[in-house]
Amino acid sequence: MHFHLTPEQTAIQDAVRGTLADHWPMERLHAFADGADDFDRASWDALMALGIGGLLAPDSGMGLLEAALVCEIAGEAAAPGPLIGQLLAVAAVACSGDAAAKAHLDGLAGGTKVAALVDGGSAYVACARAADLFLIVDRAAGVRLVAAADATIEAVPASDRSRPVSKVGVAADAGTALFAASDPMTARLADAALVLVAADALGGAQKVTDMSVAYAKEREQFGQPIGRFQGLKHQLAHMALDVEPARALVWYAAYAWDSQLPDAPRAAAMAKAHLCDVYVRATRAAVAAHGGIGYTWEYGLHYWFRRAAFDRAWLGSPAAHRARAAALAGW
Amino acid sequence: MDLSYGEAAEAYRAEVRAFLSLHWPPPAELRGPDLKAFVRTFRALATEQGHLYRAIPKQYGGSEQPVDVIRAQVIREEYQRARAPMEVGGNGMNMTVPTLLEKGSEEQKALFIRATVEGDYIWGQGYSEPGSGSDLASVRTRGELSADGSKWIINGQKIWTSQGMQATHMFMLVRTEPDAPKHDGITYLLIDLDQPGITRRPIRQMTGEEGDHTFCEFFFDNAETPVSWQVGARGQGWYVSRTTLKHERASIGGADGLGRQFAKLVELAKEVGRIDEPLVRDRLAQIEGFVLSHRYSSYRLFSCAAAGEDAGPVALMMKLLLTETGHEMALLAQELIGEHGFVEPVGAGGRGHRGPRGPEKWMDQIMGSLGNSIAGGASNIQRNIIGERGLGLPRDLAMSGER
Ligand SMILES: Cc1cc2nc3c(=O)[nH]c(=O)nc-3n(C[C@H](O)[C@H](O)[C@H](O)COP(=O)(O)OP(=O)(O)OC[C@H]3O[C@@H](n4cnc5c(N)ncnc54)[C@H](O)[C@@H]3O)c2cc1C
Repeated sequence: MHFHLTPEQTAIQDAVRGTLADHWPMERLHAFADGADDFDRASWDALMALGIGGLLAPDSGMGLLEAALVCEIAGEAAAPGPLIGQLLAVAAVACSGDAAAKAHLDGLAGGTKVAALVDGGSAYVACARAADLFLIVDRAAGVRLVAAADATIEAVPASDRSRPVSKVGVAADAGTALFAASDPMTARLADAALVLVAADALGGAQKVTDMSVAYAKEREQFGQPIGRFQGLKHQLAHMALDVEPARALVWYAAYAWDSQLPDAPRAAAMAKAHLCDVYVRATRAAVAAHGGIGYTWEYGLHYWFRRAAFDRAWLGSPAAHRARAAALAGW
Repeated sequence: MDLSYGEAAEAYRAEVRAFLSLHWPPPAELRGPDLKAFVRTFRALATEQGHLYRAIPKQYGGSEQPVDVIRAQVIREEYQRARAPMEVGGNGMNMTVPTLLEKGSEEQKALFIRATVEGDYIWGQGYSEPGSGSDLASVRTRGELSADGSKWIINGQKIWTSQGMQATHMFMLVRTEPDAPKHDGITYLLIDLDQPGITRRPIRQMTGEEGDHTFCEFFFDNAETPVSWQVGARGQGWYVSRTTLKHERASIGGADGLGRQFAKLVELAKEVGRIDEPLVRDRLAQIEGFVLSHRYSSYRLFSCAAAGEDAGPVALMMKLLLTETGHEMALLAQELIGEHGFVEPVGAGGRGHRGPRGPEKWMDQIMGSLGNSIAGGASNIQRNIIGERGLGLPRDLAMSGER
């Protein structure tokens, strides 16, 4: 029985956290948010230099759990770049029988080729203008790999400043079909995407909780640190109560996927729905806990708030995934 | 990650199963005292086998096994599967025995542990008083030494004692040093409840129950207990009461009560014909997010315990998470039973109807969820603990006596 992180897994998280702290400090996030780019090459290259691009390659010795641990830290830092698409593209390409697609494998695993995830049901794609490839995952239509050159891309003013979006148009038969809708890999890739978004949400929710706790220890009112006041203390306790136990839900969903347990699809749906709710609640509570400073652009909480809204809507709402989970349970 | 217990544990599971298939269940015709005797013999055998009372030395009636949370869990699972009796429950096993093992004298261990394990002694927890609940360190029930110094003479009142009507003994906190600072003037005493200086009165709970599960209040009027039944040093009772069992504590089996209750809630939604309503399905799945968080976090605690690692603040959150999720379930249950809630459940307060239990039985759980938010440390106190010990927020200056 082992259901907590190994020292090796913790080391992966520490390495990613350290790299992002160096390459993606708050000043960088501010500058990026005010700029017009889709992509931050420096932080992407630094992340990819850690070798995380290939985590989901079948022979990596790692799996969705490690990928989720990485996405959690990316969520914590509100890191830019299509990390989830990249991780999934490697899994998709490596498992497909398509030789032409496989030719992209090394570039994708090393991060020199960038792949963005396209949700079959959505017009918008994050980081589209930096992508070389689009991985289209559509439960109803299968999985395709499309060269960016074969798509139309029209940037829109984006609300999640860490993940600028474009409207992307792709012809139904563009690119290479990797898996048919009926191929089990299609559903597995769609499920994996849900777990990785849940992990991003977990990291973000933890981050805003930590920010709030730290602030409550240092901000003084009425001659005392505000964290001594029970009203606020209890609100912070509730944020932590919402976030910390939910961590195990993400771990379980990733573990179930890696082990191909029968409840893996349902665990993915539950994790995505639950964590995206948690993330929105946590960011709202964080802004309240900070008072006026939390409402400023400068302080930066809004980046996580915007990202929480993005994660929630991306790849299906909590309600949609709960409806699926209910059906999968046979209720 | 790996949720399997490994080969050694599975081999052990086979042993436990083989034992159970030989000795359980009892012959179908056994009833009453014969059945009781059978259960008693079974527990003794199971102890000899090393299945029960693992943390308790043999000389006090235990099986004295090395700490092994995985084996303990395998045993729990197999016994639950076979519906075989585990250790006797209650305050005695949960609180008295661990406290005595850690802080008791030889005499106390010899006198009380075996009798508790064998179910002969039933313990009430004498902590709360009318004026001291959350602020437990403010207890006022007095203990004074007799003239010859051999006995504690006790005067005062205890309240909300669960299973108090059946209890044979009580462990209690009494103030023995009225002039000392509040945490340093309390002594931890054991007392025989069958004596003239003690009056007990049942208190009827909001569920209407007055029977076995209800609590009661105790009045002490020059009640006596030998000085040799004092646990730990005089004046150090507060610190003795902080003693808890440190090993074999994390338990998946123990945590999945919530999961079983949730499964029943889904059944209820089907029973009342509302499972197809999208709002009901959504609400159920929302609640299940918390139920699963609780379950998988208990795996995490268990896994850390097995590896001797610290799971961090999540350990402090399990009670409140359980309470809050129980509340959410109760709210939905109340909505689902609708008019069935007009009917008092079977047996409640002696006024419920007889016959099979219908959806109205959920009234017990709905009201029970309110008790959970008070018993064993009220929810606000749990929030303080999470905030202060878990998040490191500055302590509330007024609050140093929380339980
Ligand atoms: C079903 C049940 C079984 C019980 N069994 C036993 C038993 O066997 N033995 C025993 O000794 N006791 C038992 N109790 C008593 C229980 O431990 C106490 O009721 C509990 O600790 C709360 O104390 P109180 O009732 O005095 O409430 P109070 O302490 O008066 O609390 C009232 C309210 O004030 C809040 N509050 C109090 N202090 C603070 C603070 N510092 N910050 C924020 N909020 C605060 C509480 O959260 C609560 O909401 C039982 C209670 C119940 C409901």
